[in-house]
Order: sequence, then structure tokens, then C-alpha cells
Amino acid sequence: MKNTLRQVFHSSKFVAGFIIFVAILLTMFIYPLINPGNPLQQIGVGTFAKPGTYVSLYDATKAPVSTFRLPDAAEKRLGSSLSEEDKVAMVEWFEAVGADISDLDTNDTEKMLEMWDEYYDPSAKPKGMIRAKILYYGRLDKSLKEMGNGDGDSISIAEPNEEGVLEETKKILDTDYVNTKEVANVKTLPLGTDNFGRDVLKELVSATGTSIRIGLIAGIVATLIGLTLGLLAGYVGGFLDDIIMFVTNIFTVIPGFVLLILISYSIGQEQRGAAVVAIVIGFTSWTWTARSVRSQVISLRNRDHVNLSKLSGHSLVRIVLTDILPYIASYVVMAFILQVSSGILSEAQLSLLGLGPKTTEVPTLGLMMNWAMLYSAHTNGSWWAYFPVILTITLISFSLNLMNTGLDQVFNPTLRD
Amino acid sequence: MSDQVREQKDFTNAPLCLSGKGVTKIFGFGNKKTVAVDHVDFEFHEGEFVSIVGESGSGKTTLSKMLLGLSNATEGEIFFQGKPRDISSGRKKREYWKGIQAIFQDPFSSFNTFQKIDTVLLDCIHMRGGKNLSKEEKFNMMTEACHFVNLEFKELTNKYPFELSGGQMQRLMIARIFLLKPKILLADEPTSMVDACSRATILDMLLNLRDEIGMTVIFITHDIGLAYYISDTVYIMEHGKFVEYGKADEVILNPKAAYTKRLISDVPKIHEEWDLSTVDLMA
Repeated sequence: MKNTLRQVFHSSKFVAGFIIFVAILLTMFIYPLINPGNPLQQIGVGTFAKPGTYVSLYDATKAPVSTFRLPDAAEKRLGSSLSEEDKVAMVEWFEAVGADISDLDTNDTEKMLEMWDEYYDPSAKPKGMIRAKILYYGRLDKSLKEMGNGDGDSISIAEPNEEGVLEETKKILDTDYVNTKEVANVKTLPLGTDNFGRDVLKELVSATGTSIRIGLIAGIVATLIGLTLGLLAGYVGGFLDDIIMFVTNIFTVIPGFVLLILISYSIGQEQRGAAVVAIVIGFTSWTWTARSVRSQVISLRNRDHVNLSKLSGHSLVRIVLTDILPYIASYVVMAFILQVSSGILSEAQLSLLGLGPKTTEVPTLGLMMNWAMLYSAHTNGSWWAYFPVILTITLISFSLNLMNTGLDQVFNPTLRD
Repeated sequence: MSDQVREQKDFTNAPLCLSGKGVTKIFGFGNKKTVAVDHVDFEFHEGEFVSIVGESGSGKTTLSKMLLGLSNATEGEIFFQGKPRDISSGRKKREYWKGIQAIFQDPFSSFNTFQKIDTVLLDCIHMRGGKNLSKEEKFNMMTEACHFVNLEFKELTNKYPFELSGGQMQRLMIARIFLLKPKILLADEPTSMVDACSRATILDMLLNLRDEIGMTVIFITHDIGLAYYISDTVYIMEHGKFVEYGKADEVILNPKAAYTKRLISDVPKIHEEWDLSTVDLMA
């Protein structure tokens, strides 16, 4: 046993998969300690806030101010206000008036504005340009001029006095800075919020946990059913084997996923908790384990050590548990790992179709994809709502399959590199 | 080995231990039918050392499986101690196996590699009803059994069978039989996978064990020379049938069947040129 474990941990593939999986598990346990609370809590009003750190504007105005005269502040301010569309329009104008744009960098805001001052002429009418477009450039020029007048700008903060008349209480200059540590409310959302205004990272960590639990339950159910039926069919043989293989073949020819959809649909949304979905997945995916365990047992049942055990008067249960099971244990472990992986994927597929666990209790990776799809995250560019989920599913599946390949190489020496 | 071995006793009047009438085993059906054992009759007496000799595929192992009750005969009946053998239920099978035990060909696959040697020997004591014996008594029994086969039990405790050599494993098998003391021992080519030195030791031990317990030994082999050397009675098997049987001296010194003659001429001799004329090399 010790020797086998040592061999297993010498397999680089197994170790790589194991490290990734353990890292995912550790994140699952540690992150909720750092960021506790309900992962389904809707912290944001509105949908899909971008990933980043959010500072309370109200608290920021009350925080102590330091003054910095940073040389590139105005440029950055301009840069963040200048949209990509504006930049494209500016380049189009330069082209239309015949300016040299061969070495123009659209990210260099200062250069762009310099060129704009040089080449923009409100009275110019470039050839082929419609009037509406010329008017648009007029408006763009106006807004650029307003942005450009940054120096010495300020924002006044007014609060109503006793008589209800607004009174200026504070003036915020464009050189005023506050330390984020001095601001009472700062919220970092590394993966932004989803369509319901929930913290995506918190939801993702919780969903990963639920999905792995679903995978484990599905894997245990499928492996237990497959192992029991495979052992019985393979060892007892005869009529029992015929019956078990008949049932197994029926389950094999009916596409498992269709069966899964039908069972999930017939259970109904209200009864479909995460555990129920996991058990349903397990009940529809045991056939390959049963078939392969059966074939392994058939090759084992006539071995001399099994015959010797029979001659020693051991019962059927004892022979199966001590003379057959240990010989196929490695195989069963590998089959179990694959079942866990496919259980997680099945849940994701099922949830994507809207037949996953009910949506009010726990998030799962599949449900997060379903929500992202329903609220068009993929078409409106809110990548953070679905891409991290895809990446997590891929990582879990990849790590489990890597462990499986590693184990396969340890237990089946012909596959070693 | 001692010269006593060649002194063959007459077992014709000894009580029957295991006999069979028209025992047949057929695998498959229709075009794919294979008759592995074809209506064989046999009578093995108490204390007799019987060899069943035949080449590979002649049906020796299939017959041994049926004798052991590990597979059922398609036709015919087997009698155990004069009565029809009944192995219809698990309990009856277990009762039968108290009377018949086996040593298999390949010592390396005969033991469960996940079980320690202590477990193997303890199982034998338990099967003989020694479950309630004290630890010390069990230890003494196991030590005695190992001593019989020139092994030290103290050195074997907590070891796994695969840590032993092939010869040692076969000797451990004999120690198992020593503890079980069955009426019949079926040895299916127990020396074919061990070296010549270990072979002599193992055969010697089998003969000693037969004398000690007084059991019947059914020795299955392809080596007719070996069979002549140790058996009282020899059965020659070809294509699932016994072509000749009788006392070892009669069968081997005066063979009647052509197949027996061929088997004898196939034995290589150190001081003579090997006569290959009867061997069908194309086969």
C-alpha cells in the first residue's frame, strides 16, 4: 500500500492533477473564511458591474484630502473619458483631411489631441463626408475642448442649510486625492457582479464547492451501482449475469443525457435540490462501470487464488471482498475519478438547459452559466460572468483526468512513457 | 528421494475414496462444441498415489476442476467415499472441500497477494474447526506445519506470499495441506514451475505427507517419467479419454496404447540419443 502510494506520487501527471485539484479545494475552504456571507446576496443594484475596486463616492468626499500635482493626471483623465469610438472617429477625420497617420498610436492621448488641434477645422468639408458626420465632428470637438480645460477645475458640494437653501460645504479640486484606506467603504470585486448584482467570485467559490459535491455524490452512486452489478454479474455469472447485462445494455443504448433530461424534468423544479440532481446523474451513468468491472471480474474469477479461497471454504461475500475487490480496486478508483468529472460536466449541461438544481438555494457552476446565458452576458461583453466559470469547470475536469491518466500509468505499466 | 517410493503397493482392495462413471465435460454447443473430458471412468483408493498423465489440452485440468467441485460435469457422476457426491449448495460444497484440497501449478498466482502468510495458514486452522483455540496453540500448529516443509514460521509472519521464492511458495502450499489434513489431495502439476532441486524436495514432501496423513494423492502431470517415479497407479489421458491405466510398472514398462508408447519415447534421456521419430514435429 505504502509502496503503491509512493509510486502514485512519483507520477508527474498525477501530482500535477492533484496539485490543481487540491488548490481548488483549498480555495473552496479558505475563501469563505476571508469573505464570509451568503454567496447569493444581491449586493449590486443593476446588472454586470465590471471587475475592479469600488470606492464609495460619498465617503470619498468626506475623507481627508491630500494634494498632488501629478504631471500625467490631466492626460489620464482625458484618456479615460475619451472612448474608443471617439478615437476611431478622430482617426477617420485625420484620414479624410490627408494627415499622416502611419505612426499614430491611438493610446497616446496627448499626441491624438495635438493632432486634433492641428488638423481639425470646423469650416473644412472633406470630400464625400455627409453633413450629419460633419456636425458629429463639431460636437466631438466641443466635448474635447471641455475635457481639455481641466486645469483648475473643481466640483462644488452643496448641502441644504437650516432654511433649506443649498450652501456650498466643500470644493473638490482636480488635484485633490484621498487615500483609499481613509475611505470608509471600499469594495473590491475581482470578478465584478453578475446579472443579479451578486459578487461573482464569492458565488463562483460556493458554486465550485456545490458542483464538486454533486460530482462526488454522482460518482459514489454510479460507482456503487456499477461495482455491485459488475461484481455480481461477473462472479456469479449464468442467469443473473444475463439479467444484469440485459438491464445494463438497455441503459447503455438509451442516450444517458436524454434519460437525465427526462428524469430531471419529471421530478419538477421544486423537488430538484443539488443532492437530487446528483443522485439522478449517478443513476444514469453507472453502465460503463458495470460493464468494465464485470469483464475484469470474469478474468479474475477462475484464477488460482480465487479457487484456493473457495477451497478454503470462504463465503461468496468474503471471496468478492478479499479476493476480487482488492485486485480491481485501482481500476474502480480510476472509474470513480472519471465519474466525478463527468458528474460535474453533466450538472453543468443540465443546468445550462434550465433543468439543474432549483435556483434559490445554492449556486452551481452550471446555474451560473445558465444565468449568464439568460441575461446575454456573452453578447454584451460581460465575460466575467461566464468565462471564470468555464475556466473552473475546465480546471476541475482537467485535474481529475490528469490524476486518472497518472494512475493509469502507475497501474498499467505498458502505458508508461 | 528414498528408494521406498518405487515399492508400489497394491490398492485394488483398498476402500474407494473418489470414483467416477462416465464423467464428461463439454464446452460450448453446436459447431463450437468442445468435448474436453469424454466419458471417463476412474477409481481412486484411499492412500493411493495416482498420476494422471497427458499432454497439454488433453483435459487433465478440466477433470481436476470437476474432481474439486469447482466446475460441474456435463454428464456422469462422481462418487466420494462410495456415495454420490452432493455439492448442490454452498454449505455442502464447503463440507466436501474439507475432504479434498489442491495444490496448483503456478505458485505465484495461487496466493492472494493482499493477504499475509499468517492469514493463509490461520484460515486452514479455522476450516478444521480450530477457531476457538488459543493464540499459542494456533502459533504452535502453524510452526509445526512450516517445520514439516522446512520453513521457519517466525520468519514468515507478517510477510506476503510474493516475498517468497516459487519453491518456498509451493512448500507453503504443502504446509497448508498439512494443517487441513484432507482425505484427497489434488496436485495439478505442482512442480512444473519450480527448478529441479525444488522439484525433488516438493515431491519428497508430498510423499511424506501422504504417509503422515494417509491421504490419496491425485498427481496431474505431463511428465511420464516423474509419474513412474512416484505413483502407485497411472492413468494416461488423450483427447479427454483415459487410453490406458493400471499400476505404474505395468503401464510404463509394458505400454499397450500407442499414445503411452509415444509419451515414454518423448522423455529425453541423458545417456541416449533422443528418439524423435515418434514425435509429430509439424504438430
